[in-house]
Order: sequence, then C-alpha cells, then structure tokens
Amino acid sequence: MRLLEAIGRALLRVLEELGRFFQMLGQTVGWSIRPPYDVPEHFRQMVRVGVDSIPVVFLTTLFTGMVMALQTFHGFARFHAEGFVGSVVALSLTRELAPVLTALMVTGRVGSAMAAELGTMRVTEQIDALTALGTEPVQYLVVPRVVASIAMMPLLVILGDAIGMYGGYLVAVQLLGANPITYVENSFQFLEVSDVTSGIVKAAVFGLIFSLVACVRGYYTEGGAEGVGRATTRAVVGGSLSILFADFFLTKLLF
Amino acid sequence: MQDRSTPPGETPKIRAEDLHKSFHGKVVLDGIDLSLAEGESLVVVGPSGTGKSVLLKHLIGLIQPDSGRIFVDGQDFWALSDRERTGVRKKFGMSFQEGALFDSMSVFDNVAFPLRRSGRPPAEVRDRVRECLAIVRLENVEGKRPSELSGGMRRRVGFARAIAHQPEILLFDEPNTGLDPIMTDVIDEVILEMKEKLDVSIVTITHHVESARKIGDRVALLAGGRLLFEASPEEFLKSDHPAVRQFVQGSAKGPLTVEFEREEKKAVSEVP
Repeated sequence: MRLLEAIGRALLRVLEELGRFFQMLGQTVGWSIRPPYDVPEHFRQMVRVGVDSIPVVFLTTLFTGMVMALQTFHGFARFHAEGFVGSVVALSLTRELAPVLTALMVTGRVGSAMAAELGTMRVTEQIDALTALGTEPVQYLVVPRVVASIAMMPLLVILGDAIGMYGGYLVAVQLLGANPITYVENSFQFLEVSDVTSGIVKAAVFGLIFSLVACVRGYYTEGGAEGVGRATTRAVVGGSLSILFADFFLTKLLF
Repeated sequence: MQDRSTPPGETPKIRAEDLHKSFHGKVVLDGIDLSLAEGESLVVVGPSGTGKSVLLKHLIGLIQPDSGRIFVDGQDFWALSDRERTGVRKKFGMSFQEGALFDSMSVFDNVAFPLRRSGRPPAEVRDRVRECLAIVRLENVEGKRPSELSGGMRRRVGFARAIAHQPEILLFDEPNTGLDPIMTDVIDEVILEMKEKLDVSIVTITHHVESARKIGDRVALLAGGRLLFEASPEEFLKSDHPAVRQFVQGSAKGPLTVEFEREEKKAVSEVP
C-alpha cells in the first residue's frame, strides 16, 4: 500500500511539474507576441547566453573532437579504416555530440544562473514588485531569456561543429600523422546538409527546454536562500535530464 | 462596515467582499470584508503571522482569493482580462516589506522603471525621478545600488518607485518594521506628507500602534483571518474590545494569544 502511495505521489508530482512547464510555455508564447517588445533586454540576454558561453563551448567541443579522433583512429586502425576517422568525427559531432554537449554545458552555465536570478527575485518580492508596477513578469523576465536561448543555441552549435572538427583534424593530422588532404576530403564526403540542420534544430529545442525549465524553477521558488539553492540544483538536473530525453525522441523523429 | 467608511452613492476605491484564502490547508483569510474610500488612509494592524501581507497582496491582485471578490473603482478585478488587470494595477503603488528594489539596477533606474515601461521621454523621466526622491527626502543617491543603502533609505526608494507613475492608491507593507525609532518616525512623516500632497488613498499594514495612530483615518485589527474591529484611531486606542486592548497594550495574555496558542498546538499535533 505504502509503495503504491509513494508511486502515486511521485506520479502526481511529475504531472504537476509538466503542467507548470506547459503553462509557462503557453504564457511565454502568449506574452512574446504582445507589445511592448523590450529589444535591449533581449540583446542583453543573447550576450549572456551566447557570447559569454563561447569559451566554454570552444573548450568542450575542441576536446570532444580531439578525443573522438583519438579513439576512432585506434579502433579503426584494427581493420585498416583510418581514412574514415574524419567522416565519423564530422557525423557524430554535427548530429549528436555538439548539440547535446553544448546544451548540457550551457544548462550548467546559464540555466543555473537564470534559476538563481529569478529565484532570488521571487524570494525578495522583486517579482511581486514587477507585477505591482504594472509589468507582467513573464513578459519582462521569462520571454527574453527563452527567446535568447532559442536564438543563440543554434549559433553556438554551428561554432561547436566547426571547432570540434578542427580538433579532430589537429589530432589526426598533427599527432597521428594522417594525410591532411584525405582527412578533410573524408570529413565532408559523407556529411550532408541534413546532418548539420538536424543538429541545429536540436539545439534550438534544447535552448527552449533548458531556459524554460530554469525559468519555471526560479519563478516558483519558495523558501528563502535554501529555496534558491534548491531551485538552482533542480534547474540544472531537470534541464539536463530533459535534454537527454528530448534528444532521444528528436533523433527518432528527425531521421 | 461599508456604510460607515463610504458615503452612500460614492464608489469606494477598493472594496473586498468575503475574501477567503488558505495555503497548504492552513486558513489565512477567513471572510474579510473591507472597503477604502477615496482619499482615506486605512491602517490594518495585527500580530505577526496573521496574514496582513497576504491581505494587502490580495488588494492589488498579486494573490488570487480562493473565494470572494475585489472591486477596484467598482470593477470586479478577477473578472477582467489579463491586459485589463495590468491596467488596473497601474492605479496602485505598492511598497514592499524590505523594499523589493531591483538589485541589479541603480536607485535612479529603480524609480525610473515604471516611467520607462510606460514609454515616457527621458527628460520627463529624469525630472519625475528627482521629484519623487525629493518627496521621500532623499538626495544624491541616484547613482547608488540598493545594496549600498541603509534599511530606511531602501524603504524610501521603494516609496519613490511606488509613487513615480502617479498612482491613485498606495499600499504600504510594514513600512517601518525593523527600523530604529527615529527612522520609524521619519517614515511615518513621509507617508503623511505623501497623503497630503498626492491626493491618494492609502492602505498600510503595520504592527506599530503608534504609527497607526499617526497615519490612519481608520484602524482595523486583523487576527485569526478576520477583521475583528475597526474604528477611528482615537476610538481604537480607547476601545475595551478585549483583543484590541491586548494588542494596544502589548500584553502576552488575552484572546489573541489564546488563538495563537491553539494554532500552535494544532500545528504541533499535525506533525506525524
């Protein structure tokens, strides 16, 4: 009995969370199309999500590309297929690794900050103050963050694709002595436009997911400083897990 | 109650009818009726933790009641659309307990916030911000961050922000809690001045009896989720209603404590 109760309660909580998520999604869409449009705030958030994340994305994808090349080179050498290292690195980066790893890193970097910021504003009544001043808090706080995340994630992933492939090239050519010309040729030989675009679509969806999860977490924070901490943790954990779930279904859907 | 505060034929600025609100099964408001006439200053006093702030947040629509209605200038607040509600909220200026200043902005930007959001030109914004800061007796603080200010200054910046867009109704949530006696008095004087200069209706929440006497045209006692008693400040202080007597005299024994202890016992027995 107790077990059933626990399962039921957990299920209810998940449903409640999903409800909040979709309710906030609806509100965000609704408020994003209504004036006033706070263009400077949108740009400010784009800088925070996009420009400020470049170093992290650079390092993440560079090393991912390098490791990919290193691993596949040794594996493929066993059946003399070293020539395909470039193809494997390019395909796995554009379709999978660059979008997912970028999204996870940005969730940790930006999602946590969003949840902490909104959470602090909630517990210090700043969100109430916004409402009291005749400004809709979802429109002022959530819309620019979500829009900026959806807009910047694809750009970060394009950057990540390029850097990751360069990382693979570096290792294969400089370290393992592959032929630079055939490596580059192989990289692009099997790469199709749809590989890159599917990664970009994923990136935009991931941007929506992590920013909305973080904003919901922050927006509904309860219980002072401890509550802000909890909201931040849950924003990162919930955001990352949702990204991995969504990644599976998107991959299934897109191919 | 409504008859006494509002002359017949005149719409009260705010009228609340039979408000009920519970959080997680705990009843906070248990049937509140209240009305505020144009130009009137109502002070709601009561022990801490009796839902005074919750009541105030109901009046401006930050919290939706479980049942009951709120009328602002005769309009049923929760029957309006989102956009209309935002419009009605602009009639209000609210000062929050700790100021609730936007800590990422300077004092100037805080006070300018409602003005800029409604699209006023920069020159007008600048003049209005100066004017509002002068009303709350602050100068040379425009460039400072909220974290650099004292508690009393933060409250007053909050006041300035609340009055910037020329609201018709001002709400003060514990304006002088946690301040020293002198600053408490300064805050009371600033509120009185605003009342005289700005032609507004005011609701103040406080547990300072002395402040209530100074700034209120009418004082009401909130306890146990109900308004137990309301009267002019003089009558309030002289009243022999047992709960009012206990609150005014600040005594540990009386009907308010009994209620409080019952609540506490219930809370303890509810813990599994």
